[in-house]
Amino acid sequence: MWHELKDAKLINGIIERIGQYKLNLTFMHACGTHQETLSRYGLGSLLSKVGIRIRSGPGCPVCVTTAKEFLQVMKLAERGKIITIYGDCFRVPVNGRSLMHLKTEGYDVRIVYSIDESVELARTVEKDVVFMAIGFETTAPSTASTLVRDDLPENFYVLSCHRFFPPAMIKLLELGEVKLDGIIEPGHVSAIIGCKPYKVIMERFKIPQVISGFEPLDIILSVYYLVRQIVEGEAKVVNEYNRVVSREGNQTALSLINRVFYPKDVEWRGFPVVPSSLMAIRDKYSNHDANKQFEDIISQVQYEPSPLEKGCRCGEVLRGVIQPTDCPLFGKVCNLENPVGACMVSVEGACRIFLEYQQLN
Amino acid sequence: MCLGVPGKVVEKKGSFAKVDFGGLIRDVNVSLVNVKVGDFVIVHAGFAISKVNKREALKTIRLVKEIVSGKV
Ligand code: SF4
Repeated sequence: MWHELKDAKLINGIIERIGQYKLNLTFMHACGTHQETLSRYGLGSLLSKVGIRIRSGPGCPVCVTTAKEFLQVMKLAERGKIITIYGDCFRVPVNGRSLMHLKTEGYDVRIVYSIDESVELARTVEKDVVFMAIGFETTAPSTASTLVRDDLPENFYVLSCHRFFPPAMIKLLELGEVKLDGIIEPGHVSAIIGCKPYKVIMERFKIPQVISGFEPLDIILSVYYLVRQIVEGEAKVVNEYNRVVSREGNQTALSLINRVFYPKDVEWRGFPVVPSSLMAIRDKYSNHDANKQFEDIISQVQYEPSPLEKGCRCGEVLRGVIQPTDCPLFGKVCNLENPVGACMVSVEGACRIFLEYQQLN
Repeated sequence: MCLGVPGKVVEKKGSFAKVDFGGLIRDVNVSLVNVKVGDFVIVHAGFAISKVNKREALKTIRLVKEIVSGKV
């Protein structure tokens, strides 16, 4: 059954149906995994032949985390804390220096697969252990379910960079820089938040939305559902990924998020302040909140981009204003070995995905 | 990180389970979902975040076939 979700005949069949409408439309997806599927299976070029362009949006949690937040973590490492991070954050450069560089300089930076590993590490060492918590609603429940535990070691801290996804989509539509005809919403964020938050977007912006899975057939079917809405003159929220996403989402996960975090205004890379989009840790859990406990260190951090970093157009890539290939540094000064921006580092970064598949083909 | 691949629950013990990703077995925290052995789950950063409903998957494929054949 699963292999049929990659079936070329079915994919081409749907694309043919889309082509019959002879439309010229721009959609946006907001998930690195959607971009990965689009690039891997060459769906972008197949769709462009039938008049559909798909822009990449703010769907990479590591990319939308600001340079300043990464600097804060680096500062904590320099002050002798053990830093634990997801592998995807290791090489994100800030003015050419990353946590990887810090590690080679002798600071204690460790990659973990899950937050549990970080907790276990804290039990075995004397030093403070800080976990850099990055991710949207998909990853935040794992952090929340850890913070509510009553057996956490005292030397374990979380620096929450977790963000709520829908406020960024709202901000992007408010900015109105790209004319969008529809949105492909991220399936796994939706597995947690359900369909309701998208209804708010629908009512306010009257834009068609489809919650999509990640197999090639999922994405093509989602595009078809968007096209159908446009042909019918509708703007609805359609759930293509109903094998995983329910209308009400994962209530256990949602109530954990609400128990541990409260929404706070925060900047996103390439965005102005996005209201109520940071998952800040509630006072009840402040003993393990790195932002509170190490405020003196964190508040010292200032960020000034170097001339090279000023040339990085990650922000515009994340807002869908340009494609990675429009950045003059793409594949030249900025490449997989020497990334200039976060979008070239994260496995969900649009620049990295574009360049990887360009080199493969 | 955000790359949720479906895996099959092969063993369960409290809030942890062994999940099979095409031969690669991983320990997964399943406290956020209600699963049993044999279920497919989507896993993120070591936590199962959702079950995969096979019946819905089959429905989707059937629907695609109808669209392609021009029935709908
Ligand atoms: S190609 Fe590199 S420099 Fe250009 S936007 Fe992407 S990450 Fe930034």
